Amino acid sequence: MSALLNHRLAVPAVLIVLVALLPLVLPSSFYLRIATLVWISAFAVIGLNLLMGYAGQVSLGHAGFFGIGAYAAAVLPAQLGVPGIFAVVIGAVASALIAYLVGRPILRLKGHYLAVATLGFGILVAMVINNEAWITGGPDGIAVASLGIKKLLKSAFGLKVKTAELWYWIAGAMLVVGAWVAVNLVDSPTGRALRAVHDSEIAARVAGIDVARMKLVVFVVSAVYAALAGSALALFNGFITPDTAGFLHSIELVTMVVLGGMGSILGSVVGAAVLVVLPQLLTMFHDYEHLLLGLLMMVFMIFLRAGIVPGLRALVAGRGAA
Amino acid sequence: MAEFLQFAFSGLTVGAVYALVALGFTIIYNASDVVNFAQGEFVMIGGMATVFLTALGVPIPLAVVLAILGAVVVGLLLHRLAIEPARGASSVTLIIITIGASIFLRGLAQVVFDKQFHTLQPFSGDTPIVVGGASILPQSFWVMGGAVVIVVLLWAFFNHTLIGKAVLATSANRLAAKLVGINTGMIMSLAFALSAAIGAVAGVLVTPITLTSYEVGTLLALKGFAAAMLGGMGHPLGAVVGGLVVGLLEAFGAGYLSSDYKDAIAFVVILITLFVLPTGLFGRASVERV
Repeated sequence: MSALLNHRLAVPAVLIVLVALLPLVLPSSFYLRIATLVWISAFAVIGLNLLMGYAGQVSLGHAGFFGIGAYAAAVLPAQLGVPGIFAVVIGAVASALIAYLVGRPILRLKGHYLAVATLGFGILVAMVINNEAWITGGPDGIAVASLGIKKLLKSAFGLKVKTAELWYWIAGAMLVVGAWVAVNLVDSPTGRALRAVHDSEIAARVAGIDVARMKLVVFVVSAVYAALAGSALALFNGFITPDTAGFLHSIELVTMVVLGGMGSILGSVVGAAVLVVLPQLLTMFHDYEHLLLGLLMMVFMIFLRAGIVPGLRALVAGRGAA
Repeated sequence: MAEFLQFAFSGLTVGAVYALVALGFTIIYNASDVVNFAQGEFVMIGGMATVFLTALGVPIPLAVVLAILGAVVVGLLLHRLAIEPARGASSVTLIIITIGASIFLRGLAQVVFDKQFHTLQPFSGDTPIVVGGASILPQSFWVMGGAVVIVVLLWAFFNHTLIGKAVLATSANRLAAKLVGINTGMIMSLAFALSAAIGAVAGVLVTPITLTSYEVGTLLALKGFAAAMLGGMGHPLGAVVGGLVVGLLEAFGAGYLSSDYKDAIAFVVILITLFVLPTGLFGRASVERV
């Protein structure tokens, strides 16, 4: 049983089952939309978790990449007439390129200095989006044209799908593929090198690992994850505001990683689910919403300090042994 | 020249507040290795509590004292109930706990106070004082003067009192400090109380100029953290210089370049500084033991 659970493909398999079965129990398209938001966030969080949990580097500016993806999907079709799907690809490539250029100098920094540098990067991106209103629509946000998949399905196959359902399956498929790529990456020589970097940079360097290159590779990969998630959110929502690239969103992504469990792919999904669903539940407490959210975050982190998934796994394992 | 002075004074006023927030970060970080993202909430509590106590008819001096005490109690509770139980957790986990605390305190302020913007009467009127052609609000002098007094008091505390030296010893080496009989747990509580008090004072001083609301803390924590890192984490002088530099960059950037991008200018300078000096202006190069 535990061998099965530890298999490389266990996590993608669990996610396939989850994505496939969840619509059966969700009562309305409102819940389907929330599930879609969870999958999209989880996709970005998996990327960030590769950076934080495996390479041990903190980024407080990842919403910047998320925003680049989102605004690529919004602006390129509207301003330049680029077809939506190419806009998504361009957003991901641009994110990778920017991550590469910014990452080279930034990743030499360590710990909190790296945190503040990435934070500065994220703020710069958010500021450009906020101020260049002639392109981005500024603080009011911008409408995003749909990809036209619905029309295509209808004209080609005569299929009629609701937008909520369509995006549920697109986001779910993205998540499964994203998780599958991530577990493969973690299990590759690159992944082992990353963990070595996490444990001790000097020891890794002595063992012949090109530490700077490894960090840069995972930084670029995580930026691409964030950009793709941003594009997906923009297309799914049909509207996007600069908040998606903002500091608070960066913090939210980091919190999802830590809450779910650093270095746990499944934890990324759990962390995203908790932070997407919890505020929805707490809206019924109106004014007490933030108070309860903050309180729950503290309680989770104090009692499950390694994160929810690794924490629960340790609890279960401990009980099994006793 | 008048314009230059005008920008310089507004930069120093904002910078003094950033410097105090950065000092708060530094004191807690030195004593406990925790980066406390709830630091901005102490500033908020100082301002908001003073506003609401005066509204209840409490005379201003007493309201200020009570507000600072309130912030200190919150700081002590934060340490006792949220940081202490998570002792030994990774630094990222501790950061998330303080972010949780920051959201919690904002939520609490929203319930206990309200969601409006508030202001306080300036302490010595609002007739601008003209210095070299620049007109400066009297409250600006209160902010800058208050920051100077706090820095001097802290310097005296750390260098000339036994407890202050115990704090320094704890930040230098916790185990060694414990071995020579310093109650390091008490020192950590003290650090949280001290940081909270400094933040609250900053909040009281700056409220007549910038207004306050339950959510002013976030941006201040962000700027204060950036300032502390610019100066070199854990370095008190660095925190003060970092705060002033960030404030001046913002003011001159807004004045001479673009007010839309004033924050960007500060962060670009921080990024460039860190590329050249990866441990900040005053930080020492860290050595990793294998």
